[in-house]
Amino acid sequence: MQPFTTLTGNVAPLDRANVDTDQIIPKQFLKRIERTGFGQFLFFDWRFLPDGSPDPAFELNQPIRQGASILLARRNFGCGSSREHAPWALADYGFRSVIAPTFADIFFNNCFQNGMVPVKLDESDVEELFRRAAAAEAAGQAYRLTVDLQNCLVHDDGGFSRSFPVDSFRRHCLLEGLDNIDLSLKHVDQITAWENAHGLASLKGGAT
Amino acid sequence: MPAPRTLLDKIWDDHLVCSPDGEQPLIYIDRHLVHEVTSAQAFEGLRVAGRRVRRPEATFATPDHNIPTTDRSLPIADPISKQQIDTLRANCREFGIRLFDLGDADQGIVHVIGPELGITQPGMTIVCGDSHTATHGALGALAFGIGTSEVEHVLAAQTLRQSKPKSFEVRVEGELYPGVTAKDLVLYIIGRLTTEGGAGYVIEYTGPCIRRLGMEERMTVCNMSIEAGARAGMIAPDRITFDYLRGRDLVPKDFDRAVARWETLPSDAGARYDRSETFSGGDVVPQVTWGTNPAQVVGVDATVPDPASMTDPSDRSSAARALEYMGLQAGTPIAAIPIDRVFIGSCTNSRIEDLRAAASVVRGHQVASRVRAMVVPGSGRVKRQAEAEGLDRVFTAAGFEWREAGCSMCLGMNPDTLAPGERCASTSNRNFEGRQGKGGRTHLVSPAMAAAAAVTGHFTDIRQWRYH
Ligand code: SF4
Repeated sequence: MQPFTTLTGNVAPLDRANVDTDQIIPKQFLKRIERTGFGQFLFFDWRFLPDGSPDPAFELNQPIRQGASILLARRNFGCGSSREHAPWALADYGFRSVIAPTFADIFFNNCFQNGMVPVKLDESDVEELFRRAAAAEAAGQAYRLTVDLQNCLVHDDGGFSRSFPVDSFRRHCLLEGLDNIDLSLKHVDQITAWENAHGLASLKGGAT
Repeated sequence: MPAPRTLLDKIWDDHLVCSPDGEQPLIYIDRHLVHEVTSAQAFEGLRVAGRRVRRPEATFATPDHNIPTTDRSLPIADPISKQQIDTLRANCREFGIRLFDLGDADQGIVHVIGPELGITQPGMTIVCGDSHTATHGALGALAFGIGTSEVEHVLAAQTLRQSKPKSFEVRVEGELYPGVTAKDLVLYIIGRLTTEGGAGYVIEYTGPCIRRLGMEERMTVCNMSIEAGARAGMIAPDRITFDYLRGRDLVPKDFDRAVARWETLPSDAGARYDRSETFSGGDVVPQVTWGTNPAQVVGVDATVPDPASMTDPSDRSSAARALEYMGLQAGTPIAAIPIDRVFIGSCTNSRIEDLRAAASVVRGHQVASRVRAMVVPGSGRVKRQAEAEGLDRVFTAAGFEWREAGCSMCLGMNPDTLAPGERCASTSNRNFEGRQGKGGRTHLVSPAMAAAAAVTGHFTDIRQWRYH
């Protein structure tokens, strides 16, 4: 997995709550059997008009937001289906971090498996970021933020700085880009012991 | 005296493999259910890393999301769908996993066949790359959805990294009035908890109203826990659970001994939950969603709410956006909303009890001329049972289409979709924008309410239905 330490990038504000994974990546694109190539379908039904051209009214289609790597959204981001295609699509499009007041549990987990940092901030701080982004864009500039996983901090150049919560083990895995399965299989003796204690030894299939 | 424990505590303690310093705990996974849409990349990951499936015999697969529900003898028309299903077949063969394939008598929606075949049992940990895995909690299991990377992890290590979730008791007192169903109850609860009220929690549904529910109804309730943000919902096993399981294909041989073990699972008296809410079953009327998330719901006797009356700015803007998408005006009586389509199916409401309820409404009536209605049974077994009872003829005589088992129009990955602007009374679980087809408008209801709407052409209070 790609490690994540510190990211400085442009922010794309998406002023919507309850953005569900059906919107992030609609079902017609879940038939692919690869992990890659989903970025072109990100937010497909919002992003494109029926004739296939980009919808100029959609937030992410604003020219100033092209190339953004940090998505800023409202409450309950990533709710709904467990599809990991959602973080795959966000990452493939270029996002490495999503900032929101709250996230749905499964989406939140899935981010960490894909080198992305979900940043939970207080609603008032998210509001402040929306304000700052709007001000920067009104002045013709993309708003820039830094997500510093080493120090669990989000900050800009204009005095905004907040720490965000992150589980220390997940942080460690992301900083180092560790393979979660390798890490777990280090405990294979304990897994086997659990199986033996629960009478599963005779049932066990392939050894790992 | 050991401290009293909840059902969740007991299952958690029993499945904790290790909790190494500085790491998230590893918990053992008893059953892993696999479907075609969220597994291909996980198997590919195993292959690339040269890993095997640790316990193929604890892993069960079925294609459900992406399959046609019309004539099964025909080849799948969409080449990409076909490739995904062929990939599942090849992976199951390569890794030695039992597959309930298309054409197999026991194929069906993964959350319908798990309990039906006795794969799902009380006290187990169960995962699947699907958020409605919460369904299996109805039998007293800890069951939740995971992403594809976690699917790969479970395949390889039969365990999962998990921090212990918080516990949330949703207690329901009293009982439901006739015509009010488990679907109405859970929609009502979601409406009050909001779509994120359960985030970070496992919900345990308790109380006399829950205890009275049959097994299928309990599955409907637990199924939709995720729509309140909770990864899992569970109901302590009791006589109803054991009677449901007895005699099913994959339950323990020594069933009575298993029951004795399962009887120790219910939460101890005095066990503490991190959060508790109490509702009254008697407060619930038949529910209809009006918006684009399941918490945007009201009683069938109410009107479409006015966003301007909402205090929270985020609720207000969501509601305004939802009404625009749904093509609805604030103040319109719910019962005055005409519909174009009816879908009875999905892992929420496609079991035999659901079909019986819908058929009893439909019997002797005709589907309204402007409505196209379909019934998609949850599994091959449900379909055969319904046909043995003559329910299929009740539906087809009334003008419903009677289909093969699958997810179908719950998410419209197969050819069953809504056209833009079409309005559907659906027994599924998500009314998100575009869920049943781009521009499609979904209203979530119970099977009886969906059946009544099919007949009248608009939402109709089932409590006033004239049964034939
Ligand atoms: S029926 Fe719908 S919600 Fe259930 S598993 Fe299938 S697609 Fe998911």
